[in-house]
Amino acid sequence: MGSLRWRAVLAAFVIVVALIYILPSIPSVRTSFLGKLLPSDEISLGLDLKGGIHLTLGVDLETAMANAVTSAGQDLRAEARDKKIMVLRPKLLGTNQLEFILLKAEQRQELEDLLKKRFGSMGVTSSTEAGNGQLRYVLTATDEHVKYVENLTMDQALKTIRNRIDQFGVAEPDIRKQLGNRIIVQLPGLDDPKRAISIIGRTAHLEFRLVDETADVQAALAGKVPPESELAYLFSKKNAVETQTPIVLKSEVVLTGEYITDANVQFDSYGQAYVGMNFNARGARIFEDVTGANVKKRLAIVLDGKVHSAPVIQDRIAGGRASITGQFTTEEAHDLAVVLRAGSLPAPVTILEERSVGPSLGQESIDKGMFAAFIGGLAVIIFMSIYYRRAGLIASFEIVLDIILILAGLAAFGATLTLPGIAGIILTLGMAVDANVLIYERIREELRRGESVSNAITNGFSRATMTIVDSNLTTIIAAVILYQFGTGPVRGFAVTLTLGILASMFTAIFVSRIFFDAWLERRQPGTQPSI
Amino acid sequence: MSFELIRQDTNIDFVGMRKYAYILSAVLLLTGVLSLIIKGGPRYGIDFAGGFNVQMQFSQAVELDTLRAALDSPALPGLVVQNFGDAGDHQVLLRASFSDQTANQVRAAVDQAMADKLGNVSYEIQRLEMVGPKVGADLREKALQAIFYAILLMATYISGRFEQKWMVAGLMAAGLASVVYVLELLHAPMSVSVVAATIATLVLCAVLRLKYALGAIVALIHDVMLPLGLFSLLNKEVDLTIIAALLTIVGYSLNDTIIIYDRIRENLRAKVSPSLDVVINKSVNQTLSRTFITAGTTFIAVLSLYIFGGGVIHDFALLMLVGVLVGTYSSVFVGAPILALFRPKIDAEPQQQAATA
Repeated sequence: MGSLRWRAVLAAFVIVVALIYILPSIPSVRTSFLGKLLPSDEISLGLDLKGGIHLTLGVDLETAMANAVTSAGQDLRAEARDKKIMVLRPKLLGTNQLEFILLKAEQRQELEDLLKKRFGSMGVTSSTEAGNGQLRYVLTATDEHVKYVENLTMDQALKTIRNRIDQFGVAEPDIRKQLGNRIIVQLPGLDDPKRAISIIGRTAHLEFRLVDETADVQAALAGKVPPESELAYLFSKKNAVETQTPIVLKSEVVLTGEYITDANVQFDSYGQAYVGMNFNARGARIFEDVTGANVKKRLAIVLDGKVHSAPVIQDRIAGGRASITGQFTTEEAHDLAVVLRAGSLPAPVTILEERSVGPSLGQESIDKGMFAAFIGGLAVIIFMSIYYRRAGLIASFEIVLDIILILAGLAAFGATLTLPGIAGIILTLGMAVDANVLIYERIREELRRGESVSNAITNGFSRATMTIVDSNLTTIIAAVILYQFGTGPVRGFAVTLTLGILASMFTAIFVSRIFFDAWLERRQPGTQPSI
Repeated sequence: MSFELIRQDTNIDFVGMRKYAYILSAVLLLTGVLSLIIKGGPRYGIDFAGGFNVQMQFSQAVELDTLRAALDSPALPGLVVQNFGDAGDHQVLLRASFSDQTANQVRAAVDQAMADKLGNVSYEIQRLEMVGPKVGADLREKALQAIFYAILLMATYISGRFEQKWMVAGLMAAGLASVVYVLELLHAPMSVSVVAATIATLVLCAVLRLKYALGAIVALIHDVMLPLGLFSLLNKEVDLTIIAALLTIVGYSLNDTIIIYDRIRENLRAKVSPSLDVVINKSVNQTLSRTFITAGTTFIAVLSLYIFGGGVIHDFALLMLVGVLVGTYSSVFVGAPILALFRPKIDAEPQQQAATA
C-alpha cells in the first residue's frame, strides 16, 4: 500500500503547516527566536474578547450638501461682483437648491455665461420676474455634483476621524467607510472609552456668523425670527455654572473651520486657557473681507451649534488668526485644539451604534469560553473512547486535530475570533464527531451483515462519505448566509462553524482512513477491529 | 461486543406513534404561537429594537431593589434592572429602550446616580451597548434577509438533493424569487416576504410533488417555531446571535433529516418491504443509533457552553440546547413519519444509485 505512506505524509504535512500558523499566537513562542522564522499572522481577537469600542457613525450628508450650496452662493456673489453683476441675497432652499435675485434683468446673458463657465455644478431650474426689473433665480445642484459632494464629505470625514484617532494614540484602529453615509470605527483595548468617544464623535463644526443686530430677541423667542436669521444660544460659564443667553444670528455662514491649518492651547494674562487658530490663505482672505465689511458689528463663533462668544469686530483682521474663548479648563482646551487641528468634520456626525466592552469582561469571556470548550471537548472524548474504544480514540485525536485546524485557519485567513466564534468551536466539538459516527456505525452494520473486515471498512467509508458531504452542506449553507448578513461577532461564529465542518470532514474521511488502513495492513488474520 | 446505546434489533414503530407526536408538536407549537400572539411577537433585544444594555460588575453582592431605587432617575427612564451571569458573578444588566441619549450621557447618568445614592459600592461598567433606531431597523432587515435566503437556498437544495430533480428545484427557486420580486415591487415589508416565501415554498413543493422537500420544510418550520415560542414563554430576548443559533439549528436539523431520508430511499430501492410504513420505520431505526450519538455529543458540548460559557453567551447556548433536542425529535418523529402521509412513489425516482449511509 504505497498510497498509505503518501496519505500519511500529506496528513502530517497539513498538521505541521497548521502548527506553524498557530504557534505565533502563543505569546512565549512569538517572542522567542522561533517567532522570527514563523509567519507573523496571529489569530486576531474580536473586540468582545480583547475589549474595545465599536462605533457606527452616521455622517449628515444633507447638511454637507447644504453647506456646499451655501458656499457656492457666496462664491457666486463675489465673482459676479468682480464682473459688475449685482447678485442679491443668495439663499439656500432645502438642501440642494440656491435662490438669489439678479438686480438688473438686462445682465441676464452675462450672468448665465458666468454660471455656465464657473458654476457648472449648479443647473438653472427657474428664472422668474420679481418686479422692478429684477429676476429671481433658482439653481439646483446636478446629480453628479450631489454625488461628488457626498463622496468628498465621506472621504473627508474618514480622514478627519483617522487623524483624530491617530492623535489620540490607539494601537491598530480599524476605520472604514460603509455603504451609504456610515463609517465604522473599531478601537481595540481602550481604557477610557468616554473620552475617546467624545473626541471622535465631536463634530468640531466651527462656524463664524454675524449677529443680527436689528432683530428683536424677545420676538425671536416668541417664534418671530426674521427671515434669513436664526435663534441661537450663547453659552457662558462662570464658576462652573453654565448659563445660556438667547441671541439672533444671521443664517449665512461666513467662514467655517475647514480653513484652519493649526490650533493650539494658549493662555491669556489671567491664566485662562483659550484656543488660538490659524487660517490658510483662502480662509484668511475671507476673514479679512468679512471683518473689514462689518466693523463695529458682532461676529459669533459657533461650535457644534453652541455660540461660544460673539465679540465686536474692532477692525479689519488680517493675517488669518482667530481665537475661541469660553472659560475652558486646560483639558477641554487641549481636546478642542486636537479636534480643530485634526480637521473639523465636514458635516455633523452622529453615533448610531456603540458597543464597548471592558478588557476585564473580554478576558473573562476568553477564560470561560476556553473552560467550556475544555470540559465539553473532554466529555465528548471520554464518551467516544468508551463507546467506540480504539476507533473512538482515533475520533478523539481528530477532535483535537479539528481544533488545531480551526485555529490555524483563523490565523491563515486573517479571520477574527469572537465569543460566538468560540461557541462555534464548541458546537463543532459536538458536531464534528458526526462524520466519525456515520462511518463507524456503517462499519459496524457491515460487520454485522457478515462482511469481511476489510470490506466492511472500505464500504463503511465509501458509503458514508457522500452522506457526510451532503448533510454537512446544509450547515455550510447556513454559515455562508450568516457570514453574508451577520455583523462582526456573528461572522466570527460563521467562520469557525465553516472551518470546523471542513476540518471534521477532512479528519473523519481522510485521516481516519489512514489509521484504519494502517491497522488493516498490520493486523493478525482473524482479529476484529476495535470499534 | 461493542457498546450499544441503541440495540441493533431495535424496532420502534415511529410511524404508528406519529399521531401522538403530532399532538405533542401541535400542543407545543400552539402554546408558543399563542404566547407570541399575546405578547405581540418575539421580545426583541436591543439589536433589533434599539436601546441600551449596560453590564455592571460589582465587587460584592447588591440587592436588585436597592440598585433599582438608586438608579431611578429622570435621566434613565424605564430602566430594567436584572441579574446577569452566574450567581457568584455579582453582575447586573441594565436595559433601557430609549435611544434619544448618547452612550456617554447614559454612562454619566449611571455614574452620577451611583455616586449620589450608593457611593460606597464599587463597580465597573464592563459593557455598554447602544443601538440607535436606524441601525436597529437595518439589523432587523438583515436578519430577515438572512432567514429569507436560508429558506430559499435550503428549499432549493433539499428539493434538488432529495428528489434528484434539479430542474424542478431551479423552477422552484425561480418561482420563489418571482413571488418575492412582486412583493418588493409592492414595497411589502421584509417580514411579510419571509412569511410569503415560506408559504410559497410549501405550496410549490406540494404542486411540484417534491414530497421529501415538503416533509423537510415542515420539520424545519417546526424546528424554528418551537424554540422561538419557548423564548417568548420565557420572556427571553431575540437578538442577532439568537438568529444565528436558529439558522444553525435549521442546518443541524436538516442534516438529520437528510440522513434519515437517504436511508428511506435506499431501503425503498432495495424493496425491503412493500409497506411504506415498514420501510420508514426500519430506516429510522437503522439510523437511530447515529442520530442519538450525534445529538448526544452535540448536546454535551452545548451544555458545557451553557453551564460554563458565561452570561454573554447564555441565551445562545440555551437556544442551541433546545434546538438540538427539537431538531432531533422532529427528524425522527415528524420529518420521517410525515412522508407516510405524502406517499412518495418509488417508481418516479430515477434509478441512479446514490451512495448513502
